[in-house]
Amino acid sequence: MMRFMLLFSRQGKLRLQKWFTSMSEREKKKIIRDMTTMVLARQPRSCNFMQWKDLKIVYKRYASLYFCLGVESQENELLALEIIHRYVELLDKYFGNVCELDIIFNFEKAYFILDEFLMGGEIQETSKQIVNRSIEASDMLQEDDISEWYEVELFG
Amino acid sequence: MPAVSKGDGMRGLAVFISDIRNCKSKEAEIKRINKELANIRSKFKGDKALDGYSKKKYVCKLLFIFLLGHDIDFGHMEAVNLLSSNKYTEKQIGYLFISVLVNSNSELIRLINNAIKNDLSSRNPTFMCLALHCIANVGSREMAEAFASEIPRILVAGDTMDSVKQSAALCLLRLYKTSPDLVLMGEWTSRVVHLLNDQHMGVVTAAISLITCLSQKNPDEFKTCVSLAVSRLSRIVSSASTDLQDYTYYFVPAPWLSCKLLRLLQCYPPPEDGAVKGRLVECLETILNKAQEPPKSKKVQHSNAKNAILFEAISLIIHYDSEPNLLVRACNQLGQFLQHRETNLRYLALESMCTLASSEFSHEAVKTHIETVINALKTERDVSVRQRAADLLYAMCDRSNAKQIVAEMLSYLETADYSIREEMVLKVAILAEKYAVDYSWYVDTILNLIRIAGDYVSEEVWYRVIQIVINRDDVQGYAAKTVFEVLLHEPSKFGRWFGSVLLGRPLVQFNLLHSKFHLCSVPTRALLLSAYIKFINLFPETKATIQEVLRCDSQIRNSDVELQQRAVEYLKLSSIASTDVLATVLEEMPPFPERESSILAKLKKKKGPGAVSVTELDDSKREAGELNGGADRGPDTASTPSPSADLLGIRSAAPVGAAQTNAGSLLVDVFSDSGCSHFPFPLLPIHSLFVLLPICFHPCFVLGLSLHPCPVLWPPSSAPPSEDPAPPLSEADELLNKFVCKNNGVLFENQLLQIGIKSEYRQNLGRMYLFYGNKTSVQFASFSTTVSCPGELQLNVQSKPVEPLVEGGAQIQQVLNIECITDFCDAPLLNIKFSRYGGALQNLTLKLPVTINKFFQPTEMSSSDFFQRWKQLSQPQQEAQKIFKANHSMDTEVLKAKLLGLGTALLDNVDPNPENYVCAGVIQTKGQQIGCLLRLEPNAQAQMYRLTLRCSKDTVSKRLCELLAQQF
Repeated sequence: MMRFMLLFSRQGKLRLQKWFTSMSEREKKKIIRDMTTMVLARQPRSCNFMQWKDLKIVYKRYASLYFCLGVESQENELLALEIIHRYVELLDKYFGNVCELDIIFNFEKAYFILDEFLMGGEIQETSKQIVNRSIEASDMLQEDDISEWYEVELFG
Repeated sequence: MPAVSKGDGMRGLAVFISDIRNCKSKEAEIKRINKELANIRSKFKGDKALDGYSKKKYVCKLLFIFLLGHDIDFGHMEAVNLLSSNKYTEKQIGYLFISVLVNSNSELIRLINNAIKNDLSSRNPTFMCLALHCIANVGSREMAEAFASEIPRILVAGDTMDSVKQSAALCLLRLYKTSPDLVLMGEWTSRVVHLLNDQHMGVVTAAISLITCLSQKNPDEFKTCVSLAVSRLSRIVSSASTDLQDYTYYFVPAPWLSCKLLRLLQCYPPPEDGAVKGRLVECLETILNKAQEPPKSKKVQHSNAKNAILFEAISLIIHYDSEPNLLVRACNQLGQFLQHRETNLRYLALESMCTLASSEFSHEAVKTHIETVINALKTERDVSVRQRAADLLYAMCDRSNAKQIVAEMLSYLETADYSIREEMVLKVAILAEKYAVDYSWYVDTILNLIRIAGDYVSEEVWYRVIQIVINRDDVQGYAAKTVFEVLLHEPSKFGRWFGSVLLGRPLVQFNLLHSKFHLCSVPTRALLLSAYIKFINLFPETKATIQEVLRCDSQIRNSDVELQQRAVEYLKLSSIASTDVLATVLEEMPPFPERESSILAKLKKKKGPGAVSVTELDDSKREAGELNGGADRGPDTASTPSPSADLLGIRSAAPVGAAQTNAGSLLVDVFSDSGCSHFPFPLLPIHSLFVLLPICFHPCFVLGLSLHPCPVLWPPSSAPPSEDPAPPLSEADELLNKFVCKNNGVLFENQLLQIGIKSEYRQNLGRMYLFYGNKTSVQFASFSTTVSCPGELQLNVQSKPVEPLVEGGAQIQQVLNIECITDFCDAPLLNIKFSRYGGALQNLTLKLPVTINKFFQPTEMSSSDFFQRWKQLSQPQQEAQKIFKANHSMDTEVLKAKLLGLGTALLDNVDPNPENYVCAGVIQTKGQQIGCLLRLEPNAQAQMYRLTLRCSKDTVSKRLCELLAQQF
């Protein structure tokens, strides 16, 4: 399973943190510090995998953002890399040419999208269409539309 | 202000985020945040009730502040309020806040659980998913208690929407991982397995994670998943790249699901059903074939997804370890990847080959890549790839290539990254020890290791080296000489000392040592001081010089307490103690008791639980390799072959006496190869010379004063020494016979150990108390006992392990529970192992006095009954008879006591001849009762007996007859 996913900028600014197991704030801060220093110190064109304690760290840079995934040792590194890529695709589809600013200003959306895709450290849905459909469906639920809203044909 | 604001934009939030981003300093940011916190607090506390939108906005701001790394101590209640909002977006923000900022406030948890319960029962799939996500995100014990029984129901209910099923499966997985005791298996379990057949690929993908985890814990309950997984996999593997629509990822059909299926299969052995297995092998072959096909896309995503499946398939092939053909193909495929231009693939190939190296089928195939791997170690730009290369070299190392690999690793160490040096050092040390074919190579390697990476040589490595060298007489000479030469040729003022070598030989050695004194660390200096006092003991002529050294201010007034104390005490000791006292106090330390290699333990610890399997494989490989290695061991250890012994025979310690007699006589001519051998040097005994090792090492060894073990450095190993149990003692049968007619007494005694027994039996059950007494004044370490029953399934003996330490003079107790399954002949064996500090391993095996007669129930019967039954047991094999000479007194009372002790009823007035004894009893085993009748006819004149037994089971007659013939 995945233990955490972190998004941080080239300057080491954390943009998103998702923890799939319960952890104290102290532990989280330690991991964030270790990950940013380790990943940012990597030479370009190094491989995307590292060993850190008993975890495999899989990271990839997209434009100014680093996506960093901590997975348990039996997980498949290449697929972890593609989990990152699929998440980027989902963000891209939702925001249209996603950039770091989108994630900063709509951090809650970034979390919602991630929640549709991953859950409890495992993949919930790999289909881009299905994830996008449910995200857009929830966006279309209007604030003031309280009346029987779920009968709207959104989940067909 | 950003242009992006999708869905329900919260303008206030965007303004706030933008303000924070515009802050020029940390202080400004904190100021802005505090202002906002004050604002939100006042809104929450204000008289005016907030509308849902504002509440949502403020909760979202708090969340943002928290994610920036600031503490949030309010707003939880408002977030909980949002949970019960009917508006989706408000509910969603409420759940997000709760998921990120869980608070252990129990009042709050109750409220949250309430809201979740409402949403779970709302039958609104979107709300249900939100609630399930929240449970999975928090995953607390309280939530598991509240929902662990509800979620399986949702998961398998027929009318549950697919998206809810997916969330329910993963939510349940999370709860199972945090509180497995609360997730009870039930009728839902079998239905979960069938989700593998679900037509919705998303449902299968989510469910398989749950199924894999459950299968790992309850393999039997879930084993039907194997065939389901194989057929699902086969359908995916054979599908065209467009068949699966959106589940095809860059032309690769369902890569995540494929890998999960292959992972699930790794929880089980190869399928037994031939058809299923055939289908699976076909899948694996297809996957290997596809790797050779030209790519359908140039995108890296395509090749990643394809190779992910390939690596997972290879993992399964390695896991099965039964298809040589596939293993070799896998190895060839990985070999191709070793030279791939993608760094990621090189990394993964090295990693995967590590596990392949431990399979007997592919070990040789892996070895053919040695040059490529060595090259990777030298040329890869990325340290994580180099680390994998080093791991693989370690894994592929065996007797045939050890010298090459160790040499390569050593040369790599010179330039290795600091992050991996310590681990490299451990690996080199382990390989050098494991595959040492000659000691000079071992010593040279270790010295090189120290020279190259001294700072990274951990204490464990040092201790291990000292342990090996001390316990092996044949290494000592070379080691001492080499170390001496290293000291000698170090670029220092050594030339001039060489002159004085000719004048006072022991003094030369002393001066050589002392010239390095000021360069050493405090612990090393402490050891050197101890070595000096030993010089005084062995070479009285050095006394004056050394006392002078000790007396000088830099020693006796040293600011370090330890050094000062040693200097003062040694000085005093050397001036007041008589030669005899000195010799006793400074007697040589005995050899080290055997124990697990501390460096291996350290490597295991370092690698973490995930990597232990590799080292375990190493161990098993070592056991296999040991057979080849036996010949390299010295003659003294060859006599105690043990499957898991170290190559250098450390675990099978040399006999105590041998080492002690060597202490004085084993002199090593350190100069013999330096062109000075014609000078008749009185040479140092080996243990003093060993001080020459330039870095601190085991204080027990040099510090002759501390004759007690140092518990901090050498915790007595609690693991029982791994040596085969000794064969039973020659007197074991005799000892056993003493207990046929009695239950209590001393079973065994020698000068070290006494073993007492108390036992009681009822029906087919027995309980035995064993008392182990340490008769010496020295602690027994690694004390362990094992009971084994030679007969299959005849006796069941259970015991708890004993305390590994038995203090001098102390007694420990062990209880055995015994169950007689069927009748039996051979007594269970009791093996006892322990070592006295510094002594050789004691290993002795006794027969436990559990004999078939212990399960007798006496049966009273009349004369007529007796003879009737006697006649019923008239088949020739039912009777056993023996005529034998009396070995003991034929006194009536003694005989009666013995027959009663046998456990049978002694029947009076049955035999017409009053001199004869007649007994009856029933032997209770778990499965049956065996009636036994006995007649003993003494002939006082001839001092003979005739013993006749008739039992309903022939083997029992025979065994009882054998046993009893020894008793009278």
